[in-house]
Amino acid sequence: MIKKEMIAMLLAGGQGSRLGVLTDNVAKPAVSFGGKYRIIDFPLSNCINSGIDTVGVLTQYRPLRLNTHIGIGIPWDLDRNVGGVTILPPYEKIGNTDWYTGTANAIYQNLEYMEQYNPDYVLILSGDHIYKMDYEVMLDYHKANNADVTIAVMPVPMEEASRFGIMVTDDTGRITDFQEKPEHPASNLASMGIYIFSWPVLKNTLEKLKDQSGLDFGKHVLPYCREQGKRLFAYEFNGYWKDVGTLGSYWQANMELIDVIPEFNLYEEFWKIYTRGDIIPPDYIADSAVVSKCIIGEGAEIYGEVYNSVIGPAVRIEEGAVVRDSIVMQESFVGRGAQVNRSILAQNVAVGDHAVLGVGEDAPNVYNKKVYAFGLVTVGENSVIPSGVRIGRNTAILGETTRDDYPNGELASGDAIIKHGEKDGESS
Amino acid sequence: MRAVGIILAGGNNNRMRELSNKRAIAAMPMAGSYRAIDFALSNMTNSHIQKVAVLTQYNARSLNEHLSSSKWWDFGRKQGGLFLFPPTITAQNSWWYRGTADAIYQNLSWLRQSHEPYVVIASGDGIYKLDYNKVLEYHIKKRADVTVVCTECRDDDVSRFGVLKMNEDCRIEEFDEKPMISKSNVISTGIYVIRRRQLIEMIERCEQEERWDFVKDILIRYKDLKRIYGYKINTYWSNISTVESYFNTNMDFLKPEVRDYFFHQGSTIYTKIDDNPPAKFNPGCSVKNSLVASGCIINGTVENSVIFKKVFVGNNCYIRNSIILNDVYIGDNTHIENCVVESRDTIRANSYHCGENGIKIVIEKNERYSI
Repeated sequence: MIKKEMIAMLLAGGQGSRLGVLTDNVAKPAVSFGGKYRIIDFPLSNCINSGIDTVGVLTQYRPLRLNTHIGIGIPWDLDRNVGGVTILPPYEKIGNTDWYTGTANAIYQNLEYMEQYNPDYVLILSGDHIYKMDYEVMLDYHKANNADVTIAVMPVPMEEASRFGIMVTDDTGRITDFQEKPEHPASNLASMGIYIFSWPVLKNTLEKLKDQSGLDFGKHVLPYCREQGKRLFAYEFNGYWKDVGTLGSYWQANMELIDVIPEFNLYEEFWKIYTRGDIIPPDYIADSAVVSKCIIGEGAEIYGEVYNSVIGPAVRIEEGAVVRDSIVMQESFVGRGAQVNRSILAQNVAVGDHAVLGVGEDAPNVYNKKVYAFGLVTVGENSVIPSGVRIGRNTAILGETTRDDYPNGELASGDAIIKHGEKDGESS
Repeated sequence: MRAVGIILAGGNNNRMRELSNKRAIAAMPMAGSYRAIDFALSNMTNSHIQKVAVLTQYNARSLNEHLSSSKWWDFGRKQGGLFLFPPTITAQNSWWYRGTADAIYQNLSWLRQSHEPYVVIASGDGIYKLDYNKVLEYHIKKRADVTVVCTECRDDDVSRFGVLKMNEDCRIEEFDEKPMISKSNVISTGIYVIRRRQLIEMIERCEQEERWDFVKDILIRYKDLKRIYGYKINTYWSNISTVESYFNTNMDFLKPEVRDYFFHQGSTIYTKIDDNPPAKFNPGCSVKNSLVASGCIINGTVENSVIFKKVFVGNNCYIRNSIILNDVYIGDNTHIENCVVESRDTIRANSYHCGENGIKIVIEKNERYSI
């Protein structure tokens, strides 16, 4: 009989609409990060480094890039005879056929997958955080407490606690209360969205609650478990952990990697982060280039100047171009003499010669002032920016734009050009 | 599949000096991110040859490490695969490989059991891209017995190659192995196509006559008897088996046309994946006309150099016209010029290394205290 002590279920189906045009074509976990990686590499690498070799990845929104990236799991050593990585999309069944309507509903629809491994414990992860964590230590804590559910928590500054789901614990670490974004938090322990369930508890609870619409761990499953008198414990994690759910935090987390000694260090040997790297050659830094305080993925060709930036694989930056405080993802191109300031350029973006990005005063974005903020220029995948245009701050661009899209050759701060895909309206 | 592949990777050359102390030439790091054998292996896989034997002998362990998994070159499959054949003792034979033909002879059962009609033989120290199918088509069209891929020698020194002369039909009329005075600048690249049964027959005959070398005892000896043809390539080809040519071949990758040809056009060169983070350029660094591989951290000045994977360059270092192999730590204020620094080495702060007449090979073997 096949038996795995703990298996992981990785929730990777969300769009991550607060990343705006970056997730127009890919799910948030498949968004590039740190000049080489994709966000999902962090939980996947944590799994294999923690000795978990069976991972179900639940996909729903735009899964193509994610599927291609994960494949059969070779980069993470998750290509196994028994277990390994399995992509779990929603599927049709007799009776009711549903999309995944909530985090816990997605897990419920895959009870059969989990059952075949006879697990004692199930680890629930989300695919949108940047951190290194040994889940085995968390499991030891779970066992030591004889817990039914263990929730990983992070101490946050008290004044920020009202932005998080807060766990209130007693002296032993047992959770006595939850507060979702409380006005007056009773504790500063924020839930990280990482749970270990003892398998029978998870199974019974999901079966009990299966008719709840939009079944969610935070809203329904955990409160139900507590009401039933189950033993819920908070596992305090004190390492680096970053939610990259907004453009601002995504940009910030990338920028933290380029410090001389970063808090989140990718260069350590003992907890490697793995990824699928299709691009192998070294970087070429030309005579005309200046590179300072930046990280650059494989196979990039730098002829221009790069300061304080994160550059992805196979990017080409032409002579005279200046890239500053920006994230440029794989296979993008920055033309001669272009200036790119405080911008996020997604995969395969082309910036024309002498275009100027990220200049002028801040102004709130007209389409979605919450998403396109932080003074950033955000350019979606495969977009083209014509030569010589000037683009303001808090702007968004998606699609092959031409000079006609820029009245007077300019895109004012707070404006957006979104040419294909849906307009990211106020509602999202 | 029409052909199996054999890669001859067993040799050493004393002109590699200390660089081959701990590795086979085919395992030499190349172009920042690769090893020499990756080029032959990738050409095999890109030519849809699925079954490849690598014959190793000298410092075979270095190659075993690199080839520990065949999946990076797409050889991890049920049909075919990658076979590593170091010499082995059997009831009939307790010799090392006494030559290239002997190496094939000692693994003849593998060739006999194959069913593909042709064999592509390549060496592990050539840096090139080639679709072997084109050579194979040519071989069939010419009704050749052996086809030798050849090229015009780019450097003046043809004396370390097999030099050949062809007639108008491209049939090889003269073939001199490493001649003192050469009559031609067309050299053999050590890539051959031959019918499998023909090869088995010739190798068996060689063995009976106690002859062990593929070039001397087959190509040269048979050239008037058998139809031996040359297939001339004019794309980039370089052999790295001397320190000078190794150095120059790496430096060639600083030229945009060479990088374009190998990295961007056509087929991909594959290698073992190392999972290094991106290269990091700290404030105060200055990098000009150089290749920098993944996992490097650069603080000092680097000019006209090739920096391989996971190299650390300290503050205020000056590295010029040099090749720094994998996983080297270079302490602050170090000057390195016209050097090849051996992999996994630790260069203490304030060191000075300069190749005065030619290239200096730096091997320090200092202890490293990991941080």
